[in-house]
Amino acid sequence: MKPAPFGYVRAGSLDEALAALAEGGEDAKPIAGGQSLVPALNLRLVRPTLLVDLNHAGLDGIAANGTLTVGATTRQAALVGDERVHPLVREALPFVGHFVTRNRGTVGGSIAHADGAAELPLCLVALGGKVVVDGPSGRRVIAADEFFITHFTTALGAGELVVETVWPLAATGESSAFEELALRAGDFAQSMVAVVLRRDADGKVVDASVAVGAVSDHPIRLREVETLLVGTSGAEAAADAGSLAATLVDPPGSIHASARYSRALTGALTTRAIERAA
Amino acid sequence: MTEVELTVNGRVVRETVEPRLLLTDFLRHRLGLTGTHVGCEHGVCGACTVLLDGVSVRGCCLLAIQADGSRVETVESLAESGPLTELQESFRRHHALQCGFCTPGILMAATDLLSRGRPTRAEIADMLSGHLCRCTGYTPIVDAIEACVDRDGSA
Amino acid sequence: MGVATERETWVGRSVLRVEDEALLRGKGRFMDDLEPVPHAWHAAIVRSQVAHARVAVDASAALDHPGVRGVLTGDDVASLSRPFPAGIESPVPHYAAAVGTARYVGEPLAVVVAKDRYLAEDAAELVAVDYEPLEPVVEPTAGEVIHERSFHYGDVDDALARADVVIRQTFRVPRFTCLPVECYGVVCDWDEPAGRLTAWANFQGPFTLHGVAAAALGLRADRFRLLTPPDSGGSFGIKAAILPYVVLVGLAARALGVPVRWTEDRLEHLAASATATGRVTELEAGFTSDGELVALRYDALEDVGAYVRAPEPATLYRMHGSLAGAYRVRNVAARNRIVLTNTIPSGLNRGFGGPQLYFGLERVMAIAARRLGIDPVELARRNLVPADEMPYRTPSGGLYDSGDYAACLDRAVELAGHDELRKRVEAAREAGRIAGIGLACVVEPSISNMGYITLAQTAVERAAGLPKSGNAEGASVAVDPLGGVTVRLGTTPQGQGHRTVVAQVVADELGCDPDDVTVLSELDTATTPWTVASGNYSSRFSGVGAGAAQAAARRVRVKMDAVRAHLGELELPLRKVAGTIHWHPEGLPDGMEPGLSAVAFYAVPNLDPPDAEDRVVSSGAHGFIVDICAVEIDRATGAVTVTDYASVHDAGTLLNPLLADGQVRGGFAHGVGAALFERHAYDDDGNLMTASLVDYVTPTAPDLPALVVDHLESPSPFTALGAKGLGEGATMSAPVAIANAVADALGVDDLELPLTAPRVWELLGDGDEG
Repeated sequence: MKPAPFGYVRAGSLDEALAALAEGGEDAKPIAGGQSLVPALNLRLVRPTLLVDLNHAGLDGIAANGTLTVGATTRQAALVGDERVHPLVREALPFVGHFVTRNRGTVGGSIAHADGAAELPLCLVALGGKVVVDGPSGRRVIAADEFFITHFTTALGAGELVVETVWPLAATGESSAFEELALRAGDFAQSMVAVVLRRDADGKVVDASVAVGAVSDHPIRLREVETLLVGTSGAEAAADAGSLAATLVDPPGSIHASARYSRALTGALTTRAIERAA
Repeated sequence: MTEVELTVNGRVVRETVEPRLLLTDFLRHRLGLTGTHVGCEHGVCGACTVLLDGVSVRGCCLLAIQADGSRVETVESLAESGPLTELQESFRRHHALQCGFCTPGILMAATDLLSRGRPTRAEIADMLSGHLCRCTGYTPIVDAIEACVDRDGSA
Repeated sequence: MGVATERETWVGRSVLRVEDEALLRGKGRFMDDLEPVPHAWHAAIVRSQVAHARVAVDASAALDHPGVRGVLTGDDVASLSRPFPAGIESPVPHYAAAVGTARYVGEPLAVVVAKDRYLAEDAAELVAVDYEPLEPVVEPTAGEVIHERSFHYGDVDDALARADVVIRQTFRVPRFTCLPVECYGVVCDWDEPAGRLTAWANFQGPFTLHGVAAAALGLRADRFRLLTPPDSGGSFGIKAAILPYVVLVGLAARALGVPVRWTEDRLEHLAASATATGRVTELEAGFTSDGELVALRYDALEDVGAYVRAPEPATLYRMHGSLAGAYRVRNVAARNRIVLTNTIPSGLNRGFGGPQLYFGLERVMAIAARRLGIDPVELARRNLVPADEMPYRTPSGGLYDSGDYAACLDRAVELAGHDELRKRVEAAREAGRIAGIGLACVVEPSISNMGYITLAQTAVERAAGLPKSGNAEGASVAVDPLGGVTVRLGTTPQGQGHRTVVAQVVADELGCDPDDVTVLSELDTATTPWTVASGNYSSRFSGVGAGAAQAAARRVRVKMDAVRAHLGELELPLRKVAGTIHWHPEGLPDGMEPGLSAVAFYAVPNLDPPDAEDRVVSSGAHGFIVDICAVEIDRATGAVTVTDYASVHDAGTLLNPLLADGQVRGGFAHGVGAALFERHAYDDDGNLMTASLVDYVTPTAPDLPALVVDHLESPSPFTALGAKGLGEGATMSAPVAIANAVADALGVDDLELPLTAPRVWELLGDGDEG
């Protein structure tokens, strides 16, 4: 399977990239890691007229100052083993593709691609992170839970690029857990759940984040489950939280799993994640 | 058409390429380096894995033009014209290949993994989850790579 | 005679492979690596997007595209070729491309030939296809039955009527495919003035199909030269079905007057190469109350996809001699029906009829064990063919050469720690977990009788035609003037190590070192000794392939020994004998032909055509496997974990234990894939849902359970080296062993592969868990 023809420009800076995208119009596409885009090109599912290569535009790098700022073209592998990265993300990373694809796939690319079954968008939503975007109308910051709209669709406007993602650092009194079930290691999830709990000195949950992915068209926070957990120890409410979670998602069936299963699985993973976020 | 210049297996290469030419096709048909194999062209099977600037990547998910200015190493670079490397010998001893089609991609990924430290058996199996082998049942491959770990950390 | 008898043999040793060096260096020579013909053009195939439709193809826009040489359409194919012959009559003629009607998604409609593959794909998109949809059939039980034959041995009706317990169950085995990592590759060069086609393809045999392709092309067999590359990236049966593509590409080369190359991509492979048949079997089994199996009745509905493509209906008949599996039941009946569906045509796939048969038979044994209150191991033991009846003639005519099935079972029980497993499962259940144990006993046939396919005809029809029988292979051994030995084989390996093993066999025969023996496994129908049975399928190599190499080497040795005797130097080394023969032919014994090479053809005995009672020795050798495994099931997610898996194989004499172990492990991976992951699936409209590697899910390293293997060796009295095939057995045993464990854990009788987490979860609550 070979791609249809396209033009190519290698951007040496963010400004060059934005200019090339503006000039290329709506059929120009940025390419970062290419682990999703090039297969789509090979399958001729997408046919851009111009590819704008971001890999040399200076958009990589990780900086920590109160939050963790991750440049868009930072490789997923760069997060592995970096102690500054939030434990939730470090737990999710082994599920992101495979060793070799993480070497090339980027954090920003995963965020911009917005596959509803991708782990990094889910973690960003669960942690309440932010996406920094730049484009024809300048730079803006978008909260994660406003960035992902539906399958492969984000709040990015025409000619805009993800420049950075901003991630909270681990906080005291906070614990987290990530659960996923895929048919095989590295496959797209059948369901996945990210839980972050903040507890007071008595061990009671004061703040909860419960987010699910793969069973919806974009990662969603289950606010009612979060409310249920507040004031409990977490584990004591885990079973109820899971049952509630199962009713809050409406997954389609697929050739692999029925909707009924995907709902029940989400509930089970929610319970497990809450139990483990001890 | 664009001119690219890159280093492939230690040699500087200058070629003119269409943007859409995949790195795998460039290596195999333009340069005659047929050791890198094509199994799926959608990034799943791992047979096309090569090193780009020292790091293992899927060749089918890269355009040749993107490798301009970079260093590419393929399976042919492991032993060049000399004796088999320790990793390759280990594969032979453990019968970690049968048809050999998936082998080059696995050798390159394993070379990368071993260069980063001392992976556990579970880490080796996890790396291998990105590679399809339909002949060996994987256990001999894990054994072969693991046998190269109990040295001073280099492969 | 000679040096070999005075030291340990090479055969039986774990000699490291001669194939490895080149493969490890990336110097393998696979089909897409070769440029056998200069200036070949490149093909891209336009394929049907609809499962069943009348199609009209307009290639005019494609023909105008730059870089395009031409387009071959279905109409061209119809005018330049004849339909492929198959083992049975079919209402639907099968050409290399759809002619007027497409019958499965992915069926070739046209071939675009251009300067490179990129351009060919660009132009292929410009071929306009007009579809007039027709009703698709996807569900086998809704399809038109195009073949039916029934078989009856003993008295099944009577035995069932007198049985204390009769189990009746329907079993479904889905379509799955072995998915080699290398896809098909073809290069064709048509010489119009000479009326010859030369084709290179990673074909695996059987070479019966060479004749099928020649017939379609309207060529005499000697005008269709077929060559295989030195290396092939796996096949497991799938690359038998490449021949229709050789015909298609050959016709493109002919019509357009240029050599043409086609390299299949993965999406094409999943849609339109081949898969195993799907099968729905209604099985009735009668037992006495103390567990004797007294009758088996199979009613099998075989889904061969859109066309009966040779060698089908072989999948349905391959196991005919083993219908009763490992058991000594004498009353066996089978009704075989074949149905067409609008799906990918079926073909060889590792196991070839074994997985389909044993899923029914071994499930029924497990169900019976539960219903009779007898432990499955004990139930098997009561029914296994006894060692003292070997060679054993089965009711359907099969001939089991050797084996101590009870000893194998005992060894498996020991290896698995069966008693410990049972205690662990009990403890798990008491703790509220879901756990179970599964057993499978499988007779693994190898070396197919080319005549078994004629069971698709009645005895009267057979008597009117040319009989088919046997399984023969050819090999040549030549010794050059400096004592180097070169062997040519017709066994077209794809990683099984034939070159290494044959070097061992020939070294033993000639009294030299395997390093002195060069083995060529590329097959050229013009120069390699071959016959219709040549190729790599039904695990025939260790019997017939090795046998042919030994026979050819023996002829050379006999000649050398005669020369040694003539010279009065019985210990003269090989190098000197060879030098003498080549340089001094006048010094040879009177009447001895000069030169030092031999061609031999070797056949395994007993493989007669089916008799008038429809009994046939369907396979030349039979191994035996006992698998015992344990599973735990996650109540919340349905995920199945195989906690233990032990397998005992008896494949007769092991020619190279290292390679034998590799075959078992490789087969196990395919079996686990079928058990827990794989299904080639269509929706109700015939759209392929498992169209890429994202959705056709095969296991990777972390997905496979640990496997403990032991080998017993009951040499075959029928093969030259006492070896039996062992490449396929695990694909026959693992799916049902795991299914039995899951059924035991869940307390259900009815379950279907693959046992993925979502599918197992649906079964929770259906049964009485442990």
